[in-house]
Amino acid sequence: MNIVVCIKQVPDSAAKVSADGGQVSWGDAPLVLNPWDEFAVEAALTLQEAAGGDVTAISIGGESAKEALKTALAMGCSQAILISDPALGQVDSQAIAQVLAAAIRKMGGVDAAFFGRQAIDGDMGVTMAQTARLLKWPMLGLVASIKLEGNKLRVERTFEEGRQVVESQLPAAISVSKDIGEPRYPSFMGIRKASRANIPVWDMAELGISAPPSVVRWPEVVNPPTREVKTEMITGGSVQEIAEKLADRILEEKVL
Amino acid sequence: MMSGKILVYIDQFKGQALPASWEAIGAAQLLSEKLGGEVVVFVPGENAKLTADQAFQYGVDQAFYCDDPSLKDYRAEPYAAVLVQVAREQNATVLLFPTTVRGREQAAMSSIELGSGVMPDVTSIEVEAGKIIATRPVYAGKLISKAVCDSSPVVITTRVRAFKKPAADPARSGTATQVAALMAEGEIQTVVSGYIETGSGVSLTDANVIVSGGRGVSNNPNLTPPAGLDEKQAEIWRAQQGFKLIGELASVLGAAVGASRAAVDAGYIPYTHQVGQTGKVVSPDLYVACGISGAIQHQAGMRSSKVIVAINKDAEAPIFKLARFGVVGDLYEITPALTEAFRKRLGK
Repeated sequence: MNIVVCIKQVPDSAAKVSADGGQVSWGDAPLVLNPWDEFAVEAALTLQEAAGGDVTAISIGGESAKEALKTALAMGCSQAILISDPALGQVDSQAIAQVLAAAIRKMGGVDAAFFGRQAIDGDMGVTMAQTARLLKWPMLGLVASIKLEGNKLRVERTFEEGRQVVESQLPAAISVSKDIGEPRYPSFMGIRKASRANIPVWDMAELGISAPPSVVRWPEVVNPPTREVKTEMITGGSVQEIAEKLADRILEEKVL
Repeated sequence: MMSGKILVYIDQFKGQALPASWEAIGAAQLLSEKLGGEVVVFVPGENAKLTADQAFQYGVDQAFYCDDPSLKDYRAEPYAAVLVQVAREQNATVLLFPTTVRGREQAAMSSIELGSGVMPDVTSIEVEAGKIIATRPVYAGKLISKAVCDSSPVVITTRVRAFKKPAADPARSGTATQVAALMAEGEIQTVVSGYIETGSGVSLTDANVIVSGGRGVSNNPNLTPPAGLDEKQAEIWRAQQGFKLIGELASVLGAAVGASRAAVDAGYIPYTHQVGQTGKVVSPDLYVACGISGAIQHQAGMRSSKVIVAINKDAEAPIFKLARFGVVGDLYEITPALTEAFRKRLGK
């Protein structure tokens, strides 16, 4: 199978993120492979192990995004492609989807494209569905398990109410939930291979498209209002006394 | 400038609308007051007519529904096909969806089909000079962003519990219009073969009250695990006793059970319970954190809760900074006592 996994580089989830004059800063926190995308890489590699073939990791970003691609390579992806172009500055999700769809078309013969649930920076969670629609592929969102049966995929999709078992034709676009299982750690051999990897860079000319225009913009990014909480510590002579006091104080807040 | 209709997608499962769908109608009415334009709903799926009839009680102007065998089970493509058709025929200039799994993907798909963009998981909406300005948390709420869509239609998903559900008035009614499905079975590339029940009880994102446990739930040296367990199994066994106490408090409060990433990663409780940046982002009226220290990851997922209560052994735990009420103490003692205190007060 010819498998693609679309990944993004983001500030680490432990970062203290702040906005200064409309600019987002994450201090000296490292940029990492988006945690949700680790599960997408894991699912892609698991499918490849069962079905054979290659997994290609692709990412859109600046030169630094190669580091996230190297993490994917170290986990076991066969190759990586960076899509980078000065025209892709502040782009919205549908523009990203247009570029990813163009890249997948250019690669040709792709059977399945994996995505993380969402990126932990923009929290959009729409790229997979948008890319699927552009490719006219079936979309399988928040997949918790995946199996190749003949020339079809059998997946369990996660909804608020439980899981739905779906059989899908290929090619298909798939986003992955954490239930798929712990992502593997990069192996020592993988890390060595990744550090030596030559990652090709595709620009818009290479994709044969002009940079898709964005329609959504972000005129303002600010810090959330500081929480004005006065913490009241509840103390007492016995556990019962503390619990009774706490229950009364909670009831006074009228949230129950 | 915008006088077109506001179309609301009603997300339902097995004939039951998710409550967040009614909240999206509330958001649509707010917009309609400022922009003009009728509020129109579209309901796809099983028993869609009943749900469409119900929508009139929430004050919508028109309701469309599609109840076709091909839509009995939710499938993204045939649902989106009819939705997009209704949006086009009604000249909708705004599309609103609840931020549910299905709502978010339908919004994403229809934005592409209609040649526009999408602003998901919006917590408030303003109108300035005829333009919609959406507010949405990014970085799991560590930052707040304004977003504007310069093309039409404006596609938005409304965060669960961020908008008020309109009051239902049984005296209001209307005639829902049926629309036809558009994709023949042979054109649909997926088949639904069944459902698997997972978890139980109140869903985290819908919950008014959440009681959560962290790494600290395994920290009770007084419990003796059954013989034959190795160290890790014994730890998980201890944690499960702790989550039992949390579950009892949750059940008295009609609450959902949450957990920190540390508790999920340690195998104490399934991932579906995880609150945080890589779990669920929640904003209940009451959030009780038991044995949770309050890592940034976790705070990002619960900091917008109305009232936060922290129970922790460590007086220095960062969770206390967010808490309205704090107790420094052992959750194994405090939690069952609190359960008992509420049981008396709530008459349960």
